[in-house]
Amino acid sequence: MAQLTYREAVARGIAQEMSRDERVVLIGEDIAGAGGVFKTTVGLLEQFGPRRVIDTPISEQAILGAAMGAAMTGLRPIAEIMFSDFFAVCWDIVVNQMAKTRYMTNGQVTIPLVVKSGNGGGLRFGAQHSQSIENWAMAVPGLKVVTPSCPEDVVGLMAAAVRSDDPVLFFEHKGLYASRGEVPDGPVEDVLGKARIRRGGDHATVAALGMMVPRALEAAERLAAGGIRCEVIDVRSLIPLDARTILESVGRTGRLFTVEENPRALGWGAELASIVGDEAFWDLDGPIVRITTPHVPLPSADSLEDLVIPSVDRIVAEVERAMQA
Amino acid sequence: MTLPLERHPYGEHDLVLPPKSQTTHDAADIDRDTRLLMYRRLHEIRQFEKRAYDMFMQNLVKGTTHLSLGMEAVAAGFGAAMREDDYTFATYRGHAHTLARGVPMEGILAELLGRANGLLGGKGGSMHLTSVEHGMMGSYAIIGAHLTIANGAAWSAQYRGSGQVAVCFFGDGTTNIGAFHEALNYAAVFALPVVFVCENNLYMEYTAISDITAVPRPAADRAGAYGLEPVVVDGNDADACYLAARDALEQARSGRGPVLIEALTYRHGGHSRADPGKYKPPGELEAWLAHDPLKLYRGRLERIGVPYAALDEIEHQVGQAVDAATEAAKGGPLPDQAVAYTDVWADGGHSWRN
Repeated sequence: MAQLTYREAVARGIAQEMSRDERVVLIGEDIAGAGGVFKTTVGLLEQFGPRRVIDTPISEQAILGAAMGAAMTGLRPIAEIMFSDFFAVCWDIVVNQMAKTRYMTNGQVTIPLVVKSGNGGGLRFGAQHSQSIENWAMAVPGLKVVTPSCPEDVVGLMAAAVRSDDPVLFFEHKGLYASRGEVPDGPVEDVLGKARIRRGGDHATVAALGMMVPRALEAAERLAAGGIRCEVIDVRSLIPLDARTILESVGRTGRLFTVEENPRALGWGAELASIVGDEAFWDLDGPIVRITTPHVPLPSADSLEDLVIPSVDRIVAEVERAMQA
Repeated sequence: MTLPLERHPYGEHDLVLPPKSQTTHDAADIDRDTRLLMYRRLHEIRQFEKRAYDMFMQNLVKGTTHLSLGMEAVAAGFGAAMREDDYTFATYRGHAHTLARGVPMEGILAELLGRANGLLGGKGGSMHLTSVEHGMMGSYAIIGAHLTIANGAAWSAQYRGSGQVAVCFFGDGTTNIGAFHEALNYAAVFALPVVFVCENNLYMEYTAISDITAVPRPAADRAGAYGLEPVVVDGNDADACYLAARDALEQARSGRGPVLIEALTYRHGGHSRADPGKYKPPGELEAWLAHDPLKLYRGRLERIGVPYAALDEIEHQVGQAVDAATEAAKGGPLPDQAVAYTDVWADGGHSWRN
């Protein structure tokens, strides 16, 4: 076991896969010589050399197109989009090309690649460098979407993403880069499409993703002191979605709360609410409650950003209000 | 300042006329078999596209089609020069480039008809023709994207040391989208084995490229910005295309980086089946028809002594192949409903949750 930061875990996961498979290559802006603007790729250039770890121009379409073309022809690239907000300038390659080409060619083309990206808020970067965009990706058939919340999952899910034969969008939470956690020694493996129960409880199910997971866990601790026992589920993977784990949990607790960093409309929690409403309606003892950022762009001032992104206080308050109603 | 349509009414822009000489490459160093292959390809593309047009008018071809009538020589010339394992990346105007890699007609036509025996099983259609086994890595229908993807295939070839080259065809309109510029810089920086071929047919879609581009030669005049040589070829002369392709492929394959070629050509019809092409000034189409790729090439082959009967026989064989493909396509069954749900994922399925 080693204590790693979340950002160190990213490099560890990539190194693990690059060591295992020579077809794995890494491209992105400032990822080689500089070790990444978020320092998630430190040491990889030194370990794997300039043929496999490549600094690119600020050309997001060219980066993702290169990754796709290489994936179609025998490599297994990892590409970095520095801030997930920048997907907006290369979304064509993701949505129209990577996601659809296998289907449109009747299975002739396989696209095993990973796009890693710094996602989410809390760093006071303002509305163009703070978004949680995993819902954009979730809306497009043909993309797999994962968001680890702790260093061990970063390594394991990176391994699973690299080994997947489908395009995977790997959202690292910028607000978690400095957080620490235990990572087992030796190769770490994991699977896509598996949620994890982080804390058991029988009164309410709280489903959370990314930076909302540690907040939901802290909220659950406080709620337990007041007698409300929450089961906290780390969703981890939006596509494939482990609906079964959430449905089973709701079957035990009778209540579902989602904690989403994204703006309100069409967040992943809305899809979860729809599934639970359709398939576990008679298990529910009360309304499903979505705790989200309101439907606004993210403000930059710390006081305002803290106001809109779900906080521990707000999670506690919303769960208490709903459970007491 | 005056805007283009203040300078002249829509459709009354200056004519761009074809090159005058058709004999320039008569003595070129190209063996006869290669020339006969190109002659066959020219006719395959021409006759195929005409049949696709006719079947569209009969309401058998669904959706839309973007034909290469008048532009056959680019595909024929490059296709003949490419190594079997080189990669082709084409646009939605990709029937010609698919045929030029030797993909059988039946599957292409059946795909246009939405049949199970289509090249893509009825899941891609006219704008996405792909046949990986022939090196035809796809037809891409969002302007610019596939230049970046061709770079990736070239990067992979470079990384694997395979000696393959990616050849990427696109229209003049593509030179004004960001991905074009990102892709050229990227390819140049990493000396990727990729050949970019701009098929300049003078029209973006319904608008003359000269009216909305800052330089007269949309591709060649941008080459210098990426450290590349400006190359313009007669895109209606299959030999000119073949020779340009041979040089470009040699350069790319030898590790000297990408090549950008502007092939000047003309589409006889509109942008897509919905477009009658009314923006073409009087006299332009006629001038280009006089420089038609098939006529031009037949004239050359006759001058160098290929018997008329041999050329007639090729045309006849192609006609028979198109007829046979038409019957096979028309006779193909509709796709099984289950295929709507296959191959979203590499495991063959479409499941996104448990």
